[in-house]
Amino acid sequence: MKDLNIQELERRFQEKIDNDIKIEPRDWMPEEYRQTLIRQISQHAHSEIVGMLPEGNWITRAPNLRRKAVLLAKVQDEAGHGLYLYSAVETLGADREQTIDDLHTGKAKYSSIFNYPTTSWADMGAIGWLVDGAAIMNQVPLCRCSYGPYARAMVRVCKEESFHQRQGFEIISLLAQGTPEQKEMAQDALNRFWWPALMMFGPNDAESPNTLQSMKWKIKRLTNDELRQQFVDVTVPQAHMIGLTIPDKDLKFNEETGHYDFGVIDWAEFWEVVKGNGPCNKERVDARRKAKEDGQWVRDAAMAYAEKRKIQKAS
Amino acid sequence: METKEALFEYVLRIGDDSLILGHRVSEWCGHGPILEEDIALTNIALDLIGQATNLLDYAGQLEGKGRDGDALAFLRYDREYKNLLLVEQTNGDFGKTILRQFLFDAYRTLLLTRLSKSTDEQLSAIAVKSLKETKYHLKHSSEWVIRLGDGTEDSHSRIQSSLDALWKYTDEIFFANEVDALLEKEGIIPSMEGIKNEWTFFVSDIFAEAGLVIPTNNWKQEGGRTGRHTEHLGYLLAELQYMQRAYPDMKW
Repeated sequence: MKDLNIQELERRFQEKIDNDIKIEPRDWMPEEYRQTLIRQISQHAHSEIVGMLPEGNWITRAPNLRRKAVLLAKVQDEAGHGLYLYSAVETLGADREQTIDDLHTGKAKYSSIFNYPTTSWADMGAIGWLVDGAAIMNQVPLCRCSYGPYARAMVRVCKEESFHQRQGFEIISLLAQGTPEQKEMAQDALNRFWWPALMMFGPNDAESPNTLQSMKWKIKRLTNDELRQQFVDVTVPQAHMIGLTIPDKDLKFNEETGHYDFGVIDWAEFWEVVKGNGPCNKERVDARRKAKEDGQWVRDAAMAYAEKRKIQKAS
Repeated sequence: METKEALFEYVLRIGDDSLILGHRVSEWCGHGPILEEDIALTNIALDLIGQATNLLDYAGQLEGKGRDGDALAFLRYDREYKNLLLVEQTNGDFGKTILRQFLFDAYRTLLLTRLSKSTDEQLSAIAVKSLKETKYHLKHSSEWVIRLGDGTEDSHSRIQSSLDALWKYTDEIFFANEVDALLEKEGIIPSMEGIKNEWTFFVSDIFAEAGLVIPTNNWKQEGGRTGRHTEHLGYLLAELQYMQRAYPDMKW
């Protein structure tokens, strides 16, 4: 009898999804759907927060006041995105602090692009242009995701991401048209970030076992390879326009398909970085853990103070 | 000394305060004790950098030698920076950062309130805009001073030791020389005496509420306003100026 009920609940759930009716926090949902979302949204939130570090690395060294202010605003937006996303995770019954602890113990993942170092100012351009550009490709379809709170958070996030992408492109195009040193800096940043940016879309479809279920649940709307192709098609002409060279000798426009063909991604590198062996994995997680540990006394003080005020008010 | 020259010097001082403190606070970005505070501190840094931009651009105009805000922010030598020693002090823990901010915000709110009525239109316009932001900063920092002072034993002793360490830099806030005398006479800037009295009253009040004790050691350290800085400024400038020094005369 109970089994029948669950079957009926699942049928109604899938019917809503098929009719593009959003699933809201209080609606019944299959446990795997909930867990998939908790994993994906918290991973997304962690990416925003860890993503503050490589860019934060250049705030004190930004080359002029305007760039400094824009970079601060951008990194602050990322913290804000982290906040909405952690709130979306909480609507699924997960605890924000617990999910953050999972990041610190290495149990939870985040976008592996942030495990690459930012060694020059041009990286601020490359990150905005390529990393935020790739993030937009991933996130625009998420605005139509079946889970209401995530979809709504994405609408706001995407608006800000498109500003980030433009400021990144502005930085890199200015460098590409600048002095020889600046041009070299821009090309070097593109060389370092191009392949990791392509990896941001995740493994090839054949290697991505969760994609099918996520598409059925409309958590995902496009496959990894579809999104990656879309990114390449948009970004390559931009690189050409500003006179930079994509570091891929196999890159070629295919007249027949109307898309760019591109070289084989080094998946061994991707999996190594995911496993924790990227150039900055340890630094990034250590920095986040240190922030939490160093802030413990501050949070304790705030709690103790609030408690005292509550008692004072009651008496 | 001409009014314009004095005003250049004065605007530089308060512009440098914003620049150097903004730099310090921006070092927190990504490392705050809780996400909400990370956002708050980054926002304060952003406001301060914005104020520095307005003030230093104006200083450049007053100087009339073709230097803009960027040239002043990035291409001076350490002795030419006129910020308070207080704002160049290192962040320390969150409590020290908050306490430094509080001592500064309390002064800056009083100053900007008065500068809003300056006879110099440009200075008054910048003050009006900055005051809105600074009032929020003061609300934020004073609430945290109280919370940390009256939180746990640990937080109390931490913030008390920050107060003990930073107190010696507070007298310089009210530094005044012939520049101030001239500008005050023309109604461009307010008297520091009035600000000092109100500041002392205000911070004492907050410290009393937080259960913090103002140090009795009366030794005071000054020098920032005349370009004699602590050892910390050199490192700060090495970072701040890195790009402009390593890649001179380029557009970014």
